[in-house]
Amino acid sequence: MAQILLRRLIQSALILLGVAAITFLLLYALPADPARMIAGRSATAQTVANIRHELGLDQPLVLQFLYYLGGLLQGDLGRSYAQKTEVWTLIAARLPATLTLMAAGILVEVLLGMTLGTIAALNRGRAVDRLVMMSAFVGVSAPQFVVALLLLYVFAATLGWFPMSGYGTLSHVVLPALTLGLLGAGWYARMVRSSMIDVLNQDYVRTARAKGLSGARIVFRHALPNAVLPVIAMIGIDIGQFMGGVVVVEAVYGWPGIGQLAWQAIQQVDVPIIMGVTLTSALAIILGNLIADLVAPIVDPRIRSH
Amino acid sequence: MFRNWLLATTTAALMAFVPLAAHAADTAPQGGDIVVTYKDDITTLDPAIGYDWVNWSMIKSLYSRLMDYEPGTAKLVPSLAESFEVSPDGLTYTFKLRTGVKFSNGRELVASDVKWSIERAVNPKTQGPGAGFFGAIAGFDDVAGGKSEVLSGIETPDEGTVVFHLSRPDATFLHVLAINFASVVPKEAVEAAGGDFGKKPVGSGTLVLKDWTIGQRLVFERNPDYFVKGMPHVDKVTVEVGQEPLVALLRLQKGEVDIAGDGIPPAKFLEIKNSPDGAQMIVDGEQLHTGYITLNTHVKPFDNVKVRQAVNMAINKERITRILNGRATPANQPLPPLMPGYDKSFTGYAYDVEKAKATLAEAGLPDGFETVLYATNTDPQPRIAQAIQQDLAAIGIKAEVRTLAQGNVIAAGGTEGEAPMIWSGGMAWIADFPDPSNFYGPILGCAGAVQGGWNWSWYCNKDLDQRAVAADSMSDPAKAEERQAVWGKIFTDIMADAPWVPVINERRVVAKSLRMGGPDHIYIDPTRVINYDAIFVKQ
Repeated sequence: MAQILLRRLIQSALILLGVAAITFLLLYALPADPARMIAGRSATAQTVANIRHELGLDQPLVLQFLYYLGGLLQGDLGRSYAQKTEVWTLIAARLPATLTLMAAGILVEVLLGMTLGTIAALNRGRAVDRLVMMSAFVGVSAPQFVVALLLLYVFAATLGWFPMSGYGTLSHVVLPALTLGLLGAGWYARMVRSSMIDVLNQDYVRTARAKGLSGARIVFRHALPNAVLPVIAMIGIDIGQFMGGVVVVEAVYGWPGIGQLAWQAIQQVDVPIIMGVTLTSALAIILGNLIADLVAPIVDPRIRSH
Repeated sequence: MFRNWLLATTTAALMAFVPLAAHAADTAPQGGDIVVTYKDDITTLDPAIGYDWVNWSMIKSLYSRLMDYEPGTAKLVPSLAESFEVSPDGLTYTFKLRTGVKFSNGRELVASDVKWSIERAVNPKTQGPGAGFFGAIAGFDDVAGGKSEVLSGIETPDEGTVVFHLSRPDATFLHVLAINFASVVPKEAVEAAGGDFGKKPVGSGTLVLKDWTIGQRLVFERNPDYFVKGMPHVDKVTVEVGQEPLVALLRLQKGEVDIAGDGIPPAKFLEIKNSPDGAQMIVDGEQLHTGYITLNTHVKPFDNVKVRQAVNMAINKERITRILNGRATPANQPLPPLMPGYDKSFTGYAYDVEKAKATLAEAGLPDGFETVLYATNTDPQPRIAQAIQQDLAAIGIKAEVRTLAQGNVIAAGGTEGEAPMIWSGGMAWIADFPDPSNFYGPILGCAGAVQGGWNWSWYCNKDLDQRAVAADSMSDPAKAEERQAVWGKIFTDIMADAPWVPVINERRVVAKSLRMGGPDHIYIDPTRVINYDAIFVKQ
């Protein structure tokens, strides 16, 4: 086990290094010049040159990357070009908001998706099944910004049940989490439905039924735990998916997470922030997958023996 | 020689606002906590670094400078200075400071703070974008070049006096002392902040920063010790960031927000305008802005003046103002109408498709040609670029529209021979200070026609450059009107060479709640956008 963990950690470090190198190269392949973006319109050529020098942008690319890596190894993500603040300070201030939103979104999609998927599977072929699958299809297809604005308009602006934007209380998190979770809930509903149908046809379920167990006991004790395995693997992947989704959701709901930070940094060609957010996201995806891999054997003894 | 501090260069058109502003100050009640929203986070409140239109107005109110403008106008008035005099040769400026002005950390502001703050703005280590503005101060080159940290041209004979020695006359120097980069900061606070002064600002302006939750909100409170009694009017300004403009507008309609800083999204504009309270909510004001198309004189066939003139006649500017819901007026010269030196009698090139075709034929291109038009990729700029594309097609020019992120368009413009045409929307010139010279050097003068410059036409007319230098040497206020006329002529003469198509003068739109009082000009102040010193809540 420890060996597997070690191997995974080394793999993760290599992936992070690759992400850092590719992002760095892509950012510098852009024709936009950070020094000029900072200097603005009225700056003289000398001012731009001075800024470029102070930022170390006049050095060869390889050297710049090595300096960056050197800092990274010491846990230093550098300073923002535009904000002149430590990148880590900016990310740390916003990370809790993004993680809260992600956790709430995952909760919504898992609960909603598993409930709907189970209901659909138990009513296979009936109207309820078709209704659930249709809704799931809509949930999967609807663009997030449309869902976000729709929920906002109906439940916040018109009905006034929830605040329109902001952060801090439970009522603030409901609409953003719902927006983020609806998409995934559609996937989960389909997935749980099919794996549930699969499980319900297994011999042991028939045996359980033959033993005279109640329908609820069959579903919750025997069928669901077996149908849920793909869901766990999926959550790990979802963390990566959500890193993309939060940018849109955060923008609409004024949610102070790292998606907003990244969006603004891209406009300003603020390379250290873009690098920092990309690496943080990559780390989240790696950790998500790692956790999914570690949790799976605990839930499913069959994987442990392999 | 004691000079009247009213600098005549900037009056003319703007004097009209003065009675309004004065009236507002008379009737403004004290008090009120207001909420302002923006989509983007505030990058920095360091006056030597901040240079975007969002932090610009906050920095204005957090700090004070030797000179400032009367609210809602472009009229220069002394601020930290009590009085000043200019030597007859225009090379020495002597300022007497007000006494008893305090920084928000409690220390009294003295002459050496003024000197140190400007040296800091020029010092390359600060990485400030505004260093070049102080180029006329003696010793500038040594500091900007990193050879010295002390500007030899600034003397402080006593705690209450600052003397500037210039290496060349600069008619815009008083404006330079009024821009944010000249804000006075206390050295000990800058050093204590350890590079984070932009997040821990200390100044002597009307507002004091009380709290900053990164990514969420900034809370400013009224500075009770501000040196002008009765300023500012509001007690507290909470700036909420990360707010989508559409959501901010909904919140404003519900009364949760007082000023939606990003204005009204184009899709909602007519709906709001036609709503019962719409007229009172929309602040629609002129600003020192011109939107233009650059015609690259280093790229064929735009090296031919006839071609540039033909394009000038081909653009239907009225239609472009309609794309902007009428929030703009057609332009015919580089200067915007509010700018001193604007020539009302100038007509420029009228929209005339037949004449444009004929001119293009005269240039030897009766069948037109193919070219590329660059524009930024945020709405409504691509739609305007398409309108321009259609106008060009009408005279036979096939233009490929290339919409890119702002930084990439700026980079293309500053690379020689790269971008034949650029629509400036989203990056257009808005003056740093209300003086015509600010519309020339970087964007139309030879100095800007360099790699990485902002003169995207790569237009360089040595004769005009000389006239520009001569105009900026006329620092005697008595010659202000003459200087204005000289500048006006420079800009209309440029149009004979037609390096630009001046397209529109866009107005800024801000949405405010019904309880906010004061004239529109303090919400779209020509020198600071929102004037937090002057706005107030109606009782």
